[in-house]
Formats: sequence, structure tokens, C-alpha cells
Amino acid sequence: MMESYINHISYYLPEKILTNDDLATEFPEWSVEKIAKKIGINERHIAADDETSLDMGIKASNLLFQEYDIDASSIDYLLFCTQSPDYFLPTSACIMQNKLGLRKSCGALDFNLGCSGFIYGLSLAKGLIASGIANNVLLVCGETYSKFLNKSDKGNRTIFGDAASASLISNEVFGLSAKIGGFDLGTDGSGAENLIVKAGGMRQPKMTAQEVDDDYGNTTSDADLFMNGPEIFNFTSLNVPELVRSNVSKNALQMEDINHFVFHQANAYMLNHLRKKIKVEQDRFPVRMNFCGNTVSSTIQIALRTLQDEEAIKTGEKILLAGFGVGYSWGAVTIELC
Amino acid sequence: MEDFINNFAEQIDETERNEFSKDTKFKDLDEWDSMIALSIIAMMDEEYEITINGDDIKNANTIEDLYKLVNA
Repeated sequence: MMESYINHISYYLPEKILTNDDLATEFPEWSVEKIAKKIGINERHIAADDETSLDMGIKASNLLFQEYDIDASSIDYLLFCTQSPDYFLPTSACIMQNKLGLRKSCGALDFNLGCSGFIYGLSLAKGLIASGIANNVLLVCGETYSKFLNKSDKGNRTIFGDAASASLISNEVFGLSAKIGGFDLGTDGSGAENLIVKAGGMRQPKMTAQEVDDDYGNTTSDADLFMNGPEIFNFTSLNVPELVRSNVSKNALQMEDINHFVFHQANAYMLNHLRKKIKVEQDRFPVRMNFCGNTVSSTIQIALRTLQDEEAIKTGEKILLAGFGVGYSWGAVTIELC
Repeated sequence: MEDFINNFAEQIDETERNEFSKDTKFKDLDEWDSMIALSIIAMMDEEYEITINGDDIKNANTIEDLYKLVNA
């Protein structure tokens, strides 16, 4: 089988920054500082009013082309993961193909996933390469949850930040040279209602805009993102440890063979809980999100690129990546730096 | 029960341990918020291997009500 490799990762954070101080000013009765410390987030970047996930995905891709001197015409497949497309139709990836100057003989499609999106994107890219359909897949993830959040939903506004990332996955090895190993993927749609934006789609085209307070003073309407924190916490707590064990054995490895566990950077509090559950020490479990918050489908790429820049990951190391969330949807893969 | 109150109190930084008893109505504490609710869920999982959900917290009033879930 043709092998595939993650060779380059670039990411883009929008210009506007929302700090803990900003949140404390807006919600004076609320202990932002204490909560932000627990969840390990100092700043989030927020997309401009006229800046969409598509715009940010284009910026991340152009950064990748510039930083690593990649010829746009070498891309023969574009995958764009977003839950905030520009239009119902056409597909955002088609617009992106044109704006990035990718060649016309290039496949392009969107797929709608959140925190598991990067893992699923890698699984698609690997399949395209293994089957000989593509040689260079550009996997772009972009999300603007800030646009889904109610202004008074202080909990989610503290957690989520906007970002886009671009990753180049190829049949040849260069750059980061991370060989993509075996996958475990999973789905449980019974959890759909626990992380949802209800209005605006075909099931419920019109929003009622009727606002509801939860038990903790966070306000949402059906036009906003709703997250049942305790249910999501329990979903990850119950499923992620088994996902990790399964992926380690799928790759014919032991837990101690994994040099780094890079999980979807949901928030530091939940990550620490998961880390204890899988009995892995802190130095093998990097958390890199204090400067950007939970950026949904780009958290793993941002953490990986940050570790690469810090020279904290090196040739020969094995890294287990795991994403989990909205859907429910989850996935894991182990990569090996060649 | 005392152990449970200790574990509960550890989730709440700014209230002294001796201010907690089995009858403490925890949702009346000034500091009570969604983050502490999550900490309680995490503590129940880590210390007692029990999964409780948001409704369990909603339906409980005192620390003893939560303790009853451990032995349920």
C-alpha cells in the first residue's frame, strides 16, 4: 500500500483577541480569571464580522504555500472541514480552489465535522493516496464558533476561539514527515442534541430567538450554539480512554511506546482528567492552547505545529492523535516521525 | 462521609473546609458555577468511579444528596 505523510502544517488566527480581562470587564460578577486558569486559556482570537471560515482557510493555505515554498499546482485534492460554510451551496471548497489558484483537475469537497474533523480528514486523505486517486492532499480546517455563540454565553465564550489550519498530506516524505498509521473511528448520533446549533438548517429554517437560561446563568436561543457541558464531559470520559487503548493496539504498540499523546485541545481541565484516566504522565501529554482556546477542528494541528516549532518532537517518535466531540464523533490515529 | 466532604471541599478554593458539612446546600455558595459542577462530576469519576450527569446535580441540594449517589 502507498504510504501517506503529514508533511507541513500552517495555521491562521484572526487578528482580534478576546482576553480574560475583556471577559472579566463584560461579566464582572463572574470569576473569569479562576475559570480561565482551570481550563488553561488566556486568549482567544475572534474572526472579524466579514471574515468567514472560508476566508481563514484561504489565509492558512496561503501561509502554508509561502512558509514551505509549496507550488499550489501540486495539490490534486482539497478537503475542507467546516461547520460554518459560506453558503448552503456551492461547496466552500470549490470557491477555495479558485481563490487559491489550485488547478482545475483538482478534487474539492467540504465535510462537516467539529472536534474530530482533523482525524477524519487524515483518514480521507490516506484513503485517497493509498488508492492512487491523489498524491498531494490539502486538508484545510476552519471554524468560527464565535459567530454561533450568544453574547451572554460566558462559559462557551471563554472556551472557544476561531482559527483555520492547512495541512499538506502527500505520498512522498518531506518536512514534518509524519507517517500516517492505523485509524480508529467512531460515531454515536444519540448525542446529537448535546452540542448543536438547531436553527438555520432545513429541519428548522427559522429561529424563534426565544432565549433560555441554563442552571448557571448562560443564555442561549435556538439560533445559538448549545453545549451540554456535563454530558459532553461524560461522553469523552467514557469513550476516549477506550479509543486510545484501541488505537495503540491497532498500531501494534504498547502505551509506553507512544512518545506524545496530542488530543483535541478541548480545555486543559478536561484534558487533565482524560490524561489521568489513561494513566499517562504530563510530559507525554502536551497541552498547547492558552493562546488560542478551543479552535474545534484545528486544535490538534495548532498543537502539533507549536511542538514542531519548539523542537519538542523529533524523528523516530510516535504520536497518538485523538479528536472527539460534536456528533458525537470521534477518531484516533498514530503517526510516526520519519 | 467525611472523606466525601473533603473531596467536595477540594473542588472549591475560596470556602474553608470547616464551613462544609453534609447539610451544606452547595448551590447556595457564592462560588458555585458550571466549572465547579464539572469538577464535582470529575471528582466522582476519579475518586469513586461513578458517572453522574447534569440532572443528578440539578436534583441534589446538599452534599449528602450527592454522597447518596456514590452508594446508590
